[in-house]
Amino acid sequence: MSVDIVDIEARISKTGQQPPAGSPVTVKDFKGKVDPDWCPGCGDFGILVALKQALVELSLQPHQVMVISGIGCSSNIPGFINSYGMHTLHGRALAVATGAQLANHELKIIAAGGDGDGYGIGGNHFVHSMRRNVDLTYIVMNNQIYGLTTGQVSPTSTKGMKTKSTPAGSVENSINPITLAIAAGATYVARGYTGQVKHLVELIKGGIQHRGFSLIDAFSPCVTFNLDNTHEFFKHRTKKLEDLGHDPSNFAAAMERGYEWGDEIPIGLFWKRNDLPSLDQLEQVLDEGGPLARRPLGVSPEVARSLIRELM
Amino acid sequence: MSKVDLSIAIGGAAGQGIATPGDILARIFVRRGLHLNAYNAYQSIVRGGHIFLTLRTSDAPVLSFGDKLDILITLNQDTMDRHLQLMKHGSSVLYNKDKIKPTTAADGVELCGFSVKELAPAVKGDLVQNTIALAAVLRLIGVEFKILEDILTLQFKRKGAAVVAENVGVARAGYDYAAAHFKALPFSLPDTGKPLAFFEGNQALAMGGAAAGVRFYCAYPMSPSSGVLHWMARHAQQLGIMVRQVEDEIGVMNMAIGAAHAGCRTMCATSGGGFALMTEALGSAAMMEIPVVCIDVQRAGPATGVPTKTEQGDLWQVMGAGQGDYPRIIVTPTNIPDCFKTVPQLFNLVDKFQCPGVIISDLLLSEGRSSVDPAELDFNVPIDRGEVIGLNGSVPPVNGGYNRYQVTDTGISPRALPGTAGYTHVVATDEHDEDGVLISDEFTNPHKRQAMHEKRMRKMVAILPLLDAPKLFGPQEAQVTLVGWGSTEGVIREAMEKLANEEGIVANNLQIKWMVPLHVDAIMAIVSKAKKVVIVENNYSGQFARYLRSETSIVADAHIRKYDGEPFMPHHIVDGVKKILVGTTQKYVPVHEIMV
Repeated sequence: MSVDIVDIEARISKTGQQPPAGSPVTVKDFKGKVDPDWCPGCGDFGILVALKQALVELSLQPHQVMVISGIGCSSNIPGFINSYGMHTLHGRALAVATGAQLANHELKIIAAGGDGDGYGIGGNHFVHSMRRNVDLTYIVMNNQIYGLTTGQVSPTSTKGMKTKSTPAGSVENSINPITLAIAAGATYVARGYTGQVKHLVELIKGGIQHRGFSLIDAFSPCVTFNLDNTHEFFKHRTKKLEDLGHDPSNFAAAMERGYEWGDEIPIGLFWKRNDLPSLDQLEQVLDEGGPLARRPLGVSPEVARSLIRELM
Repeated sequence: MSKVDLSIAIGGAAGQGIATPGDILARIFVRRGLHLNAYNAYQSIVRGGHIFLTLRTSDAPVLSFGDKLDILITLNQDTMDRHLQLMKHGSSVLYNKDKIKPTTAADGVELCGFSVKELAPAVKGDLVQNTIALAAVLRLIGVEFKILEDILTLQFKRKGAAVVAENVGVARAGYDYAAAHFKALPFSLPDTGKPLAFFEGNQALAMGGAAAGVRFYCAYPMSPSSGVLHWMARHAQQLGIMVRQVEDEIGVMNMAIGAAHAGCRTMCATSGGGFALMTEALGSAAMMEIPVVCIDVQRAGPATGVPTKTEQGDLWQVMGAGQGDYPRIIVTPTNIPDCFKTVPQLFNLVDKFQCPGVIISDLLLSEGRSSVDPAELDFNVPIDRGEVIGLNGSVPPVNGGYNRYQVTDTGISPRALPGTAGYTHVVATDEHDEDGVLISDEFTNPHKRQAMHEKRMRKMVAILPLLDAPKLFGPQEAQVTLVGWGSTEGVIREAMEKLANEEGIVANNLQIKWMVPLHVDAIMAIVSKAKKVVIVENNYSGQFARYLRSETSIVADAHIRKYDGEPFMPHHIVDGVKKILVGTTQKYVPVHEIMV
């Protein structure tokens, strides 16, 4: 990737311009200011491609989308895609995303980050965002390691994994984000694999179209620091739920499938329900008047008088 | 000279219903146009313990809850035991003699016992004594019974005519009994004919937020800040505000930032422990250049501390919040109406300079109540969103790409609201270039890093001239200059009156409100003329004294510090000044006599 100033400026000058009215969006319209700085072969490249493709297929314009991330290799993604973006603090993407989504519920919010960022330090916000059924799509690039900090154990690392912080092998059970999400109230729970980009595109599209909290946990092998859960590991194990006859409206079946891990690791849509309102649909203040962020400010004299009268 | 200066206290256990008679008295006072100051000393408990509410009213402005009590209502034996010996000649103590026995009282203290069993034999419930005591007090201070009757009628209207009649009957019995058996106070409560309003600091802060156009309020409940959340939640529907209770304070601050970035004026309030969790996010707001307002309502620390007691102990936490240097505005309102006025001012500043702002309040201000002239509650405040693209429909054409963090002379770069076509950009907590692209990953160009730091910090230069400089209050020539910050303004100024009237000592007051940036020059000019500088603070270590020294090199001559959880009373400061002037001490720590 070039750091040539002229090159960067040339790239920058192409962004910030609307596509001519009426012309469809293409992947080029979503090209970010800079190319990704991930290691060659990183699984995250697959997510970037799939996300851009999904946005194009849904005919979304760059300014209608906001990608919100935490900190980590995968959390660099907002910089690599042309849309609104917030590259926030470690573990906090979902909290920020909830605020942004409620403040402007016309924006399509994509939260993104890694397994440590999302399921570790971000765990509390993860659970509460799901029970609230916030209308956003959360893509977790799950590489079962902490990559950017050079190779420590993560909440999804398999028990026994040897890492810089667990040289004798991790003694902890790993978290199961799929079953946790189903139990916590997420209304669209899917798992993908960055070795299957087309499949990911469909899962992401489904998540964005779904009105509610959509989780796409995607195996995204870290070629530098996770030598256990590699493409070799995944490509023979991952089996599509669609091919296994799974019914995503069946809660018990979804939970069972979620716990499967071994020679067969299911990917695809585990769980989906359409009958629950999303958080913004429950908030009366959003019933009328458009996005909160665009409403006029100020208290009318009549309302002011009523507020003061309460104190007298 | 005021004709009336009346202090009434109601003491009992949590759950005995102290708040209601307190509210009724407060409302009666302000409706007669009398000034009010109320302070509630309570504990971190839901039932039991000891609650002591002091209400002080006068036809002159009331600056603190004062040094004396004229009337004490004891709702349980515990209150009688704790407070009777502190009552002075000429004061009255009301109590239900069926259940409470007075201990030894000083000479001239009127013991006004009434029997609930005799006055209201048919009425059940523990609140009967409250109604009788309230009615008796109103008789003692010359308020017409009809006033109480109207209030009780309204209060119990929902429960039906029978309940109303019962309560009015009980009140009447108490009122008449007092007329026949208790010595009235030597005045009747005046009526100025110009009704006032009253509110607590938390309500003032919330209302200020409403006036400023806050559209997103989020919080985690934490004493003593929850009152802001409650007011916001009660009025959310009416005012069109999104009010959210969040899973923790980290979530609160981050959610606020998300909403603010999307374009809402956003506010949150917490106390010291919650603020501690918000600090990383506060810095991130400054780094991403997103305006947001956070309120820290201080309480006694450290750690869980004393949740229901006041302190001015968070100054250094707020100033040191978050890693690294970043632009921010810190303000400490000095009285309850000032809380209302400060919020819209701060929002205009944070919007203009695209940085976080922190309001430091404390339990005394936030849960204390003060009267206010309704005319002072001006909701028609100027609103300035700063340089925002895409706010009101008109969007300038983008020429060659939009740089969210364009380096400018002022340090302020126009910010585009998400959703605006043509202005896509990423805001980042990593160090970034003008276009928002991270520089911390590929190559951290030191010149760009330096330039970005300077751009952000440059904003601080333009903020100071927009803030009102602190002014000296009182005579220019004085033996002592009392320096304080935030909530101590009222009690310091009352102490000044007492020093002048009772001790012949002339003092003046420099009260600091805008903490960061600090009016260094103005403060140094004022203090250079002071004969003796005494810093008054509600904390152990003299946090403001340290800050003042670090910014101005001013070393105070003496200090008056209180850190027992209770606010200053005027005589504490008077005693301190006297001891300091005769050279007995350079650091005076008053003892709080009333076992609240």
